[in-house]
Amino acid sequence: MSSYSNTARVNEARRVAIFGGTHGNEMSGVTLVNLWMKNGIEIQRKGVEVKPFITNPKAVEKCTRYVDTDLNRAFTPENLSAPTGDDLPYEVQRAQEINRMFGPKGSPEAYDVIFDLHNTTSNMGCTLILESSKDYFNLQMMNYIKKAIAPASCLVLLNEHPLLKYSTSRSVAKHPVGLEVGPQPQGVLRSNIFEAMRVILKHALDFIEMFNEGVEFPPCSVEVFRVSERIDYPRDANGNIIAMVHPNLQDCDWEPLNPGDPMFQMFDGKTIHYQGSGTVYPTFINEAAYYEKQQAFVTTRRETLVASSIRKA
Amino acid sequence: MEVDQVVRLPRLSRVAVCGGTHGNELSGVYLVKELLKEERKVMEEDEKKLVSVLLVLSNLPAMQQCHRYVDTDLNRSFTHATLNDPISDVAPYEVIRARELNAMLGPKGSPEAVDLVCDLHNTTANMGLCLIAYSDRDWICMHIFRHLQREMPDTPIRFIHFDIADKESFSLDSVGKHGFALELGPQPHGVVRSNIYTAMKVGVQHMLNWVRLFNSGTVFEGGFVDVYTLIKHIDYPRDSETHNITAAIHPHLQDRDFCLLHPEDPLFQTFSGETLTYKGNEPLYPFFINEGAYYEKGIALYLARKRRVVVPAIQVQPEQQGFASKKEE
Repeated sequence: MSSYSNTARVNEARRVAIFGGTHGNEMSGVTLVNLWMKNGIEIQRKGVEVKPFITNPKAVEKCTRYVDTDLNRAFTPENLSAPTGDDLPYEVQRAQEINRMFGPKGSPEAYDVIFDLHNTTSNMGCTLILESSKDYFNLQMMNYIKKAIAPASCLVLLNEHPLLKYSTSRSVAKHPVGLEVGPQPQGVLRSNIFEAMRVILKHALDFIEMFNEGVEFPPCSVEVFRVSERIDYPRDANGNIIAMVHPNLQDCDWEPLNPGDPMFQMFDGKTIHYQGSGTVYPTFINEAAYYEKQQAFVTTRRETLVASSIRKA
Repeated sequence: MEVDQVVRLPRLSRVAVCGGTHGNELSGVYLVKELLKEERKVMEEDEKKLVSVLLVLSNLPAMQQCHRYVDTDLNRSFTHATLNDPISDVAPYEVIRARELNAMLGPKGSPEAVDLVCDLHNTTANMGLCLIAYSDRDWICMHIFRHLQREMPDTPIRFIHFDIADKESFSLDSVGKHGFALELGPQPHGVVRSNIYTAMKVGVQHMLNWVRLFNSGTVFEGGFVDVYTLIKHIDYPRDSETHNITAAIHPHLQDRDFCLLHPEDPLFQTFSGETLTYKGNEPLYPFFINEGAYYEKGIALYLARKRRVVVPAIQVQPEQQGFASKKEE
């Protein structure tokens, strides 16, 4: 079924980075990267340079999400092109440094793949985050990972939304891959979460090694959850949160939320229902870091993406 | 029931309910805010003024930042030394705030102190609902505990005893004549989980109801309380140079607070996959397993012995015996 002329030729992935500590209190990535910086044998693969890197060392040191501003929102064109200076917020300085080391973003010199390791307090399990539905290399890799860890589950979240998409540290690379594993409280290292992330990376690197060796990956379809809408907590006139995620919705990431279903519970016990027009699949439900970003959860819609076969150029 | 077997205790006229002592433990933050909203309504209903409830948000700047603390842990700042020793102009915020709270709710150890402090906390550990107190013979706290157990039979509720002399007691709840921390988990810091919030709200309501019943002369029958007394803690294995942890709580131990840990049971799993086992010589009950805030304190888990304590029947002292209330031993 795979016709030779439909195979996409993609450059070998010669330079790969693994970012940990983009948020300093998301402990799986911090721990894995520190481990691999000390002894990188586990992440070595033939024909590819794999560089583990702590992106926000000051935040890691303080075990906090960020020092001045969220590093994972800082890779905007404005920030990256701003004149360098000590008066810039710490994370903007870091973004410029990371862009120098692993980019420049958008240029041929940029790293081929960056894996950015994150944890969430949401019950999302293992999630891969995709930034472009046309990135066949990433789609094929994610398809490979999903099959490799089956029957364990690894879902794909696609954030291509023109308004909700944000400028991530991984976006410096040609093929940015977000790894989000939860639930895990900030500042806590849970053994099962740590091992799950480790296994996903193992398969991801295996894929890259095989791809670089010339393996052709046939066309595949990948189910993704496409980010649709951000839903905030109900707030009073002063902006204070007045309700919590409803017990029926708490921990139900990726499960259908239908119009009329309970969504929030006010502190006095009253229920607020979902008023959307159709069924959605919520995720990032009750992520600690998003209270300040006005997000109780995001809604997604299920979609199947098709990737053509790929082979190294 | 023989009257002379009932222990008489002074009325609990003033009760403080405190939230946000750690600014990122959100159930208590939101509950105290909600109780402040409801306060007017509650005061109207409480015509007989059976108890005066002080609602306190302990650490506003920490709450604002959604951090545990700004400079130093507020809930370690209530030792007699920290409250009374001379301090410099640049004392940590929480030391200054502790003195304000001590003036408001104490002074600690004096007759003016509030009768009961209930300090609201959350933990990332799977501990259910715990009452944490410095004494295993404070009958007020233990009867409140029994009341919660009766009224919330579907909630795992446990009594933890920190065996620390009064001189060394360090937490906000030690400021009142009686006091305890109400600790609920698991909940990540910076998150409010509706089931945890609701359990805390219900717990506080039952606690205040008990105080009203006590103050109006109810006799509370004696019985037993299973007390978990803190014996020691265990730290994570750490790298000698960087001091970073080199292992995580073992998957078989994770979330198993209050499940008896036997010698040779798995304790940690190193990052290279090796299992490290518990080397103690007696089985003990673990709790605060993998509490996020305790990594910096060098605590991976606490260990406790469990024993059954006999609690006598109690009743409020009648009004004519109006001695100045003393802290009950």
